[in-house]
Amino acid sequence: MGTDPKHLEITLETQVESVNLAEEMCLRVAEAAGFGEDDCYKIGMSVREGVINAFHYGNQERPEKKIHLAVDLTGDKMIIHVLDEGQGFTLAEVPDPLAEENLLSTSGRGIFLMRAFMDEFDVVPGRTGGAEIVMAKKLPLQENPGSNGKGSQGSSPHQGA
Amino acid sequence: MVDLSGKITLGEGSALLRKTVRGLLDDKRTKIVLNLADVDYIDSSGIGELVSAFTTSKGRGGELKLLHLTKKVHDLLQLTKLYTVFDVYTDESSALRSFQ
Repeated sequence: MGTDPKHLEITLETQVESVNLAEEMCLRVAEAAGFGEDDCYKIGMSVREGVINAFHYGNQERPEKKIHLAVDLTGDKMIIHVLDEGQGFTLAEVPDPLAEENLLSTSGRGIFLMRAFMDEFDVVPGRTGGAEIVMAKKLPLQENPGSNGKGSQGSSPHQGA
Repeated sequence: MVDLSGKITLGEGSALLRKTVRGLLDDKRTKIVLNLADVDYIDSSGIGELVSAFTTSKGRGGELKLLHLTKKVHDLLQLTKLYTVFDVYTDESSALRSFQ
């Protein structure tokens, strides 16, 4: 895959099948970008968790709502955006799943897993409401890094609180 | 002993696990070993379902143990600090003996 920035967007239905579809799509992009098996697994899992979050918490499993997935490939990273049409949330509101009182909770691990698997992770207010998860994985080092990066499209996340 | 295979993820996989464990408990079969040797993928929903199975079994006076974790499942349970919560075994006979 060349170094020109690439952008891909898809609107998903708020249904369980969208989780698999989003994961598959992003896995194909990650493989084409040159990520190895381990990174592809982490990217795929993170996309799964992001879309599950949008499906269940953001859109409350309401079928009339949509999930917006976007992928940007820049010169140095793969950036994934998952936007829901819910009420929005901040990372500060998310309980720590590793806290003793939460360890046996049956939910609440998605954000933690995305933060663990991706190099960059944040949650920002969606441009039309809702919450937008923005996460990124640095591209694997190329053997010939001499190509000139042309800058990036799309927003670049930073580590959230 | 319950042999699971494939993916334990949001949707069918998690639902099947839930239904299977509930069914065993309803039949008063409260000593359960989940053999995960052929489970190559689990997401947070699947982890939640394992936790639910564990707590439900315990709540009904039973025990639920895990056997033959694949590397991915093992690493996820360690990452989420659940590895020490579950009784995890690498061989069937030890898992079965542990109920005595």
